[in-house]
Amino acid sequence: MQKINKVILLGSGALKIGEAGEFDYSGSQALKALKEEGIYTVLINPNIATVQTSENIADRVYFLPVTPEYVEDVIAKERPEGILLAFGGQTALNCGVKLYQSGVLEKYNVKVLGTPVQAIIDTEDREKFVQKLDQINVKTIKSEAVTNVEDAKQVAKELGYPVIVRAAYTLGGLGSGFADNEDELDALAKKAFSYSPQLLVEKSLKGWKEIEYEVVRDKYDNCITVCNMENFDPLGIHTGESIVVAPSQTLTNSEYHKLRELAIKIIRHIGIVGECNVQYALDPNSEDYRVIEVNARLSRSSALASKATGYPLAFIAAKLGLGFGLHELKNSITKYTTACFEPALDYIVCKIPRWDLSKFKGVSHELGSSMKSVGEVMAIGRNFEEAIQKGLRMIGQGMHGFVANKELAVDNIEEALRTPTDKRIFFIAQALKKGYSIDKIHELTKIDKWFLDKLENIILLEQTLEKYDDIDDVPDELLWEAKRRGFSDFQLARTVLKSEDRNIENKMFRIRTHRKARGIVPVVKQIDTLAAEYPAMTNYLYVTYNGATNDIDFPQDNKSIIVLGSGAYRIGSSVEFDWCGVNAIHTIRENGMRAIMINYNPETVSTDYDVCDRLYFDELTLERVLDITDLESPKGVIVSTGGQIPNNLAMRLHNQRVPILGTSAENIDRAEDRHKFSSMLDSLGIDQPRWQELTSMEDIYNFVDHVGFPVLIRPSYVLSGAAMNVVSNKEELKHFLELATNVSKQYPVVVSEFVENAKEIEMDAVAKDGEVLLYAISEHVEFAGVHSGDATIVFPAQKLYNETIRRIKKISRQIAEALNISGPFNMQLLAKDNEIKVIECNLRASRSFPFVSKVLKVNFIDLATRVMLGLPAEKPNKSAFDLDYVGVKAPQFSFSRLQKADPVLGVEMASTGEVGCIGEDYYEAILKAMLSVGYKIPARSVLLSTGDTRSKIEMLKPAQLLMQKGFTIYATKGTAKFLEDHGIKATVLGWPDQREQQPNTLDYIKEDKIDLVVNIPKNLSKDELNNDYTIRRSAIDFNIPLITNARLANAFITAFCRLEKKDIQIKSWNEY
Amino acid sequence: MSIKKFANLVLEDGSAFEGYSFGATQSVSGEIVFNTAMTGYPESLTDPSYSGQILVITYPLIGNYGVPPTDKEDGLLNFFESDKIHIKGLVISDYSFKYSHWNAVKSLADWLKESDIPGIYGVDTRNITQIIRERGAMLGKLIIEGSEAPKEFHNQNKDNLVAAVSTKEILTYGQGKHKVVLVDCGCKNNIIRCLLKRDTTVIRVPWDYDFTQIDYDGVMLSNGPGDPQMCKATVTNIKKAMEIGKPIFGICLGNQLLSIATGASTYKLKYGHRSHNQPVLEVGTNSALITSQNHGFAVDNDTLNDEWEPYFINLNDGTNEGIRHKSKPFFSVQFHPEATGGPTDTEFLFDKFIEQIKNAKNK
Repeated sequence: MQKINKVILLGSGALKIGEAGEFDYSGSQALKALKEEGIYTVLINPNIATVQTSENIADRVYFLPVTPEYVEDVIAKERPEGILLAFGGQTALNCGVKLYQSGVLEKYNVKVLGTPVQAIIDTEDREKFVQKLDQINVKTIKSEAVTNVEDAKQVAKELGYPVIVRAAYTLGGLGSGFADNEDELDALAKKAFSYSPQLLVEKSLKGWKEIEYEVVRDKYDNCITVCNMENFDPLGIHTGESIVVAPSQTLTNSEYHKLRELAIKIIRHIGIVGECNVQYALDPNSEDYRVIEVNARLSRSSALASKATGYPLAFIAAKLGLGFGLHELKNSITKYTTACFEPALDYIVCKIPRWDLSKFKGVSHELGSSMKSVGEVMAIGRNFEEAIQKGLRMIGQGMHGFVANKELAVDNIEEALRTPTDKRIFFIAQALKKGYSIDKIHELTKIDKWFLDKLENIILLEQTLEKYDDIDDVPDELLWEAKRRGFSDFQLARTVLKSEDRNIENKMFRIRTHRKARGIVPVVKQIDTLAAEYPAMTNYLYVTYNGATNDIDFPQDNKSIIVLGSGAYRIGSSVEFDWCGVNAIHTIRENGMRAIMINYNPETVSTDYDVCDRLYFDELTLERVLDITDLESPKGVIVSTGGQIPNNLAMRLHNQRVPILGTSAENIDRAEDRHKFSSMLDSLGIDQPRWQELTSMEDIYNFVDHVGFPVLIRPSYVLSGAAMNVVSNKEELKHFLELATNVSKQYPVVVSEFVENAKEIEMDAVAKDGEVLLYAISEHVEFAGVHSGDATIVFPAQKLYNETIRRIKKISRQIAEALNISGPFNMQLLAKDNEIKVIECNLRASRSFPFVSKVLKVNFIDLATRVMLGLPAEKPNKSAFDLDYVGVKAPQFSFSRLQKADPVLGVEMASTGEVGCIGEDYYEAILKAMLSVGYKIPARSVLLSTGDTRSKIEMLKPAQLLMQKGFTIYATKGTAKFLEDHGIKATVLGWPDQREQQPNTLDYIKEDKIDLVVNIPKNLSKDELNNDYTIRRSAIDFNIPLITNARLANAFITAFCRLEKKDIQIKSWNEY
Repeated sequence: MSIKKFANLVLEDGSAFEGYSFGATQSVSGEIVFNTAMTGYPESLTDPSYSGQILVITYPLIGNYGVPPTDKEDGLLNFFESDKIHIKGLVISDYSFKYSHWNAVKSLADWLKESDIPGIYGVDTRNITQIIRERGAMLGKLIIEGSEAPKEFHNQNKDNLVAAVSTKEILTYGQGKHKVVLVDCGCKNNIIRCLLKRDTTVIRVPWDYDFTQIDYDGVMLSNGPGDPQMCKATVTNIKKAMEIGKPIFGICLGNQLLSIATGASTYKLKYGHRSHNQPVLEVGTNSALITSQNHGFAVDNDTLNDEWEPYFINLNDGTNEGIRHKSKPFFSVQFHPEATGGPTDTEFLFDKFIEQIKNAKNK
């Protein structure tokens, strides 16, 4: 084995649709594996909220874009001997292939560890891939690579419609889709060519089963398949959009091993060293198959497979990359058996994607061959019914399982079954209740009857339960059966007790008390990789009613601390809370206590059983958390590091006498409840935007007459602005209120004054017994009105008056004292004309905690956890004023994945991820951050369409800079005139809806004549948005960087005009 | 929901599990064994090595793809490992009353009922497995509501199970170039299929038949149930075959019998190997393979004489997984290279056997 001392690992950058938290998990595992071998590790990843970019994981961290340019700079500086490309998703893989092809790796003598780059190219280029598999007589989907639209049509004609079109070298199926006829193909192909120079046209196999295998190979040619998985949805829906079970359920031994044998044949022939994923289509009526694709890297599926089996694929793949053989490594669960084995499961896991489609304007809910989901959950059970019901609760879309939900409105149920959408499974429930036969539903959905039969079991059970009205009358045997099939107490309260929503919590407890008295309680089982064949000391656990005994003992020694995780990644709650949870766990363990994590998100580091003392991979419902606290009798529960899900449980757990650590549940409620919070602010003399609780339309109109439009509407208990909106006129107000009341009846809707052109400021802090110990004040680049999760944030704040800062500090002190805060908290404030208003206060860690912790280099969560544990916690003797550098956090959007969505920003959060970069000054930091989320410095030209006068003025200076730098400026009519009036030359382009005006914006965008589009809506009214929609959407569809905010556009343009590439410092985190 | 019939599984140590019946309505007794495979119940149930045993499947969801038809090819059932179910009873956690598969003709429950084999579902199979693992092989009773419970725990290991499952007459399969004697100690069909694929004529003989009388090119020693010490007659014949010197290939029980014939000894394992995921290493190489296994006894490596060496070892516990003669064409493996069910990684051993036959013929 050639000695490797220093290795670079490429991360995946910001979380985006198709590339999410799973790569934080795989990267962290790989870094751990390298560290164990004494290798010096260098990580390039601008995603500052990840666990992998924390201290003590990699030796060096660069918050820089994962692009060939910057990676080369880091290689030149660090001179590593090896590079790992397989742990940072498609981003890292693509970057690595480019570095290889351009000769950079050879130039610096950097060896690619693991799978050779040629093998990666062989799997990524479809034509080569098919040829490669032809060599060993393995069937692929008959497809042809084309490089222009005409050829695409010709090929489709030969194959026969429907056809599927895929773009090569893209992640998560970007630019891919189905076409039923030539017109559809024409539109699809044109768009796909903007992402990739090569398209694949192939015959569609809709209705075939989709099966995946995770395969591992070492340099000695030893191979194992760690896990296979079966999609609940048939082929045609991207696997990231499918409900997936592991292991496969409907495959015979012969089918299972036929595909397994093929997977091994393929991995050997391609020459993977490490891990890969093989996806198959399997004929539901024979053993005929096709290989769909091979991913020569760690993937979403491999993260899922790791969590589903307990086999740490990324960790092992990294070791294999260093030259170890599988048989030379140990099984991390049993600690003494070998890593060269295939896990035997004695449970079933069910993955369900989490979509947030209703957060986007104009996006279709239909699922297809490209990915739209933003996260996923994994549910573990010992039968399918238990797993799927758990999973449907976990996705957090207001559903309580497969049944006992509020019925969804549907016009045509058959159409709803035929068309795959994010809600289809609930329409299956409706259809079954309406008496549709399994055969009919199968015909419409093509979902295997085995799954449908199991779903029908749940319906039948519900119907049996409905015959009872009192839980005392339900026979124990039936109650057991219901619990074994995944019914929650909530579902039973609805089904048996016919409970109304307003007192359902009491009824739930009625069920709970009854069943506990009857001894109907769940047991805890281990995930041990060997189905109990060998003893295992594993701490990887789940809770089930399908068992007689607990696999573990509960010490009850007052040393256990439960940390509640953050659940599925979704817009507004993502990897940043995973970082918070993991850091809380570290502090707990460092102080000699037992850290117990409850979470169900397979994409996270917090659900790595290595991270904590006990991992309950299970639900974060009140019922399940109480089941666990009943067994564990913890010293306390931490609810403030997992975002809004645990925060919402605080009061309810407290009412059940579960000890909540840190700020009391009553005080959490005082901050969450808008009413209570507002009166508190009034009594403290702290200003807030005027608001009123909505009870009748008339009151609202009166209130709006008083404060004037625009106004902000939102329900209480808000997560990332769900159902929140700004309305500019009466008509919108009326429309929106109707929507809002549908969202949540339990909590009142409030209408607030919307302050325009105000600065928005974030306060992240830690307090102890009401005294602030540590704080960070950041400012948004954009004015208030852009959701804080979508805003570009600067820390330390660069452009605030000292007076403003002083007043914010004072307000924070007052609030911390009034709420007697012990632990983390976050506030959002408005500053305008030196007036400060508080808009929100959360007594929990916020999205920006990892960012400010890493920029300030003081771990906010560590301190907060110490406070909550009652350990000595001193004020750190470091402040933002000491920093000689600036951090900028920028959002990552995934609009390109969300067909037709309007890429405009508002109070509703739309970003799927973020990066955080550090620079010597504001402009360097902002440039690094913007480049990290995919913006490119324009080579030639910029299109300006700059909205209202205020925005036009804001954009004047940057336009001058562009002109001075020799950029061609294109502008829409009004903007061009304004620029002209101020001495800036711009070429007028016609509006898209006036194609007779030539030259036209749309043509220029399509013809790739524009490098950056700045399009600023005048306001968020419907008419205004429609007007510019085509420009914005085309920019996204043709992959041209787009900015829709004047202040951000100003900052970005100023930055790239002022700074040259050489001005950008290649410095690692610890060098600042 | 249909009316449920209760069933009970009672173990020798007094542990009891209540569930529901889904197979035949008679009660039985036998040794309780588990298998951790996630697929392949039609194959396992018809594997003669399970003869007399009550099988616990640790994978909880069973019956999903029903039971395949009884098509035959070369006189062998296509989708089963023998002509009938050999287990005495079946223990699972979650039964799929409805099945879904293109190749299924009936449900698992119907098949069990037709075959007079009882089944129980709704019990904690993980817990049962833990008990057997910790306390060692154990006898048990599967008692179905409404039928008479067995009075005693029956230990099938005291019976000559091999004699019971072995063929009673000599059967010939195929018309290939190489004549292979298959000593049937409870042979799985796929051993025969694997041989037939390789241009052989397979002469299947009873376990105690003196096959050395026949003109053959190679000897295949099959898998089979129970304690290897019961097969004295087979061992005697193997010793004669070694004198003859033509290639010998043993599988599972065949590995143990060949070892005993060389003078080595066998012992009972603390944790038997019963799964599709057993890793073995070819001794002296870096070649590691995943195998299908089903055995409770193992060969003691230390008792092999100088002419023999371990061929494979188990990567988890270091136990013997095969032996080979240092110079002669004799070898055997503890695992199942013929698979069904399980991984097919080691099927190449049949090629090796045929290669040896060819070499021996050319001498």
